[in-house]
Amino acid sequence: MTTDVHQLDDGAWISVNDSREVNVSDLWLLARSDFCGCEPTDFLAEGFVEVGIDYPNIEARIAGMCISCGTNGVSDWLTVGRVIDPETGEFYPVTFESAHVPRKRTRLADAE
Amino acid sequence: MPTKVEKWKDEVYGNEIRDHLMRFAEDGWDAIPDDEHDAWFERFKWWGLYHQRSGQESYFMMRIGTPNGVIEPGQLRVIGEIAKEYATGPADNPEFGDAYCDWTTRQSIQLHWIKIEDVPEIFEKLEANGLSTQQACGDSWRNIVGCPVAGKDKHEHVDAWDVAENLHNTFKGDDDHVNLPRKWKVAVAGCDEGCAQGDINDLAFEPAKKDGEIGFNVRVGGGLARKEPRFARDIDVWVPEEKTAEVAGGLSALFRDYGNRDDRFNARIKFLVDEWGPEKVRETLQEEYVDFELPTAGEDMREEYTYNTGTQDGHNDHVGVHEQNDGKYYVGLNVLVGRQGADDVLELADLADEYGSGEVRLTQRQNIIVTDIPEENLDDFLDEDLLKDYSPDPSPFMRGSIACTGTEYCSLSIVETKNRQVRYARWLRDNVDLPDDHEEFHIHLSGCTASCAQPQIADISLRGMKTRKDGEPVEALDIGLGGGLGDEPRFADWVEMRVPADEVPGAIKNLIANFEDERNEGETFRDFVARHDEDQLAEFIEPEETSYDDPYMHNTKQTWYPYAEGDDSMEASPAPTDGEGKPLKPADD
Repeated sequence: MTTDVHQLDDGAWISVNDSREVNVSDLWLLARSDFCGCEPTDFLAEGFVEVGIDYPNIEARIAGMCISCGTNGVSDWLTVGRVIDPETGEFYPVTFESAHVPRKRTRLADAE
Repeated sequence: MPTKVEKWKDEVYGNEIRDHLMRFAEDGWDAIPDDEHDAWFERFKWWGLYHQRSGQESYFMMRIGTPNGVIEPGQLRVIGEIAKEYATGPADNPEFGDAYCDWTTRQSIQLHWIKIEDVPEIFEKLEANGLSTQQACGDSWRNIVGCPVAGKDKHEHVDAWDVAENLHNTFKGDDDHVNLPRKWKVAVAGCDEGCAQGDINDLAFEPAKKDGEIGFNVRVGGGLARKEPRFARDIDVWVPEEKTAEVAGGLSALFRDYGNRDDRFNARIKFLVDEWGPEKVRETLQEEYVDFELPTAGEDMREEYTYNTGTQDGHNDHVGVHEQNDGKYYVGLNVLVGRQGADDVLELADLADEYGSGEVRLTQRQNIIVTDIPEENLDDFLDEDLLKDYSPDPSPFMRGSIACTGTEYCSLSIVETKNRQVRYARWLRDNVDLPDDHEEFHIHLSGCTASCAQPQIADISLRGMKTRKDGEPVEALDIGLGGGLGDEPRFADWVEMRVPADEVPGAIKNLIANFEDERNEGETFRDFVARHDEDQLAEFIEPEETSYDDPYMHNTKQTWYPYAEGDDSMEASPAPTDGEGKPLKPADD
């Protein structure tokens, strides 16, 4: 089964195989990011801008803000969870409170 | 490349969605294929159904579009009865009970906890009484807004209700306009007070005189969402009343054909106007979409506007007792944050019948107006007990409060809003004094940047955020100041960011005290803000804890319902449920 990933409702959430899996409004800790000068960046997710798959990772670029320094913008690619077995399509979310390292590029599954 | 939403719309969209909706309603929630949820929920919006947020699966928000906010005699009772019978969920709201109606900033009605199984009965009852959910959400003509007392207003130059009603009847369900790149919000104004708020709509008709005839100037491309606020741009076109539908249809078709279907974040027509400029919009409209020579803009009335302008003049927010053009009266009642319990709605329907014509109207400030009250009935109406809760003469902090849906039901919101704004307004009423010459003072609370509470055009703008307090994440608000409409509209300046939500009432109290101390004689709050730079204004805001208590400081989005008693975690959610509200087992168990 193909893993189907997209953002919906103005980027409010990420759907993985027609199930709402990741929502905005959480605080993500970004380590070694160049989003702002803070280390780590205390990043409020306000909207999912792009989603993609780099098997088995589900990734997203997120619009948001560092709540320490106020920098606004869009993050590099962050892993938001994994679909280890495409046959079952089961999604395993990451723990957003733990540190995440954004990456510059990923391969897109869907250009949305 | 067209987005996935566009692909879904290409397959099924518009009126035909209804047949599928009825099929799923008959077969029940489980009949919607798991791998088609997203596509169907996107399509259902066109028929006014919006799937509620995570933790509330199988429950829908239902929006009923009432053009110009006009609720005809008998309809308010129907709305109240539907709310009482169908808009109840697995948990009560501590401020508003188990069933209520939301009057929205676009003069529409929202009900929550609607089950798909109940939709056929609700549609039947609505439509038998001249009401509909058609195109209340989705990518098409939304509810048309305007002056809520159109046709009855002493300040009116054109009967905007006739125009709004004609546009509504022309474009609702019109196959040529059912599938636009994004939402299409239209405002029609007929008075010289500016209460249609045309500047923040995709398309605005505003009264203007040309060669001695009153018609409308046309503005295009306003909107507040996504930290990209725009005022509608003047495209230098005047239209007589009889040509409004042709011009509106031309602009809607222009948007349909040239709007961005590859990127929903940049799809609203405001971005096309940015790219083209108003001159090219006019030129394309003339060359490709209308069959007559477009006159240039006429003489407008914007200098006379009072609505949401920061002044204390004119009928402004319509709250209070006002004489109509026929000698009867309308009474604007304050509905705090626009939410009214279903029992109160039914009681108000009785009072509107008893004292007026039975008609009521909704305003863009989330309030309700009872119209057509003869002078001899006024005193008895004003003595009714219900008006103690929905006052025609409320505290400025009560009448000036607007709040969006917030994390109670909305996927996008960052913070809790309605109940918080209720608590803010009551605390400010009891603890803060405005200068005597300020009867109107607008505080708008929006849970996120979608700006459904129109925060950028308030005296004090509040926008959902997060911060840390004592190291713990808490709900917070950005504070903006000095927004408003009028001849020289202005968006608020965001001057103090990420204020913990429990320190916001203290910040407002200190700000108003500083305003009172530092203002020039007779200076309005909006002018006071305009006179100072952002650093000075930030110094006037001194956030602090006060006697105000905020029960919603935790991450309300991580609850299945912020006010659930006992375990409010996602795991404790009863959703999804069947048509009777009984929890369904997960499909893979």
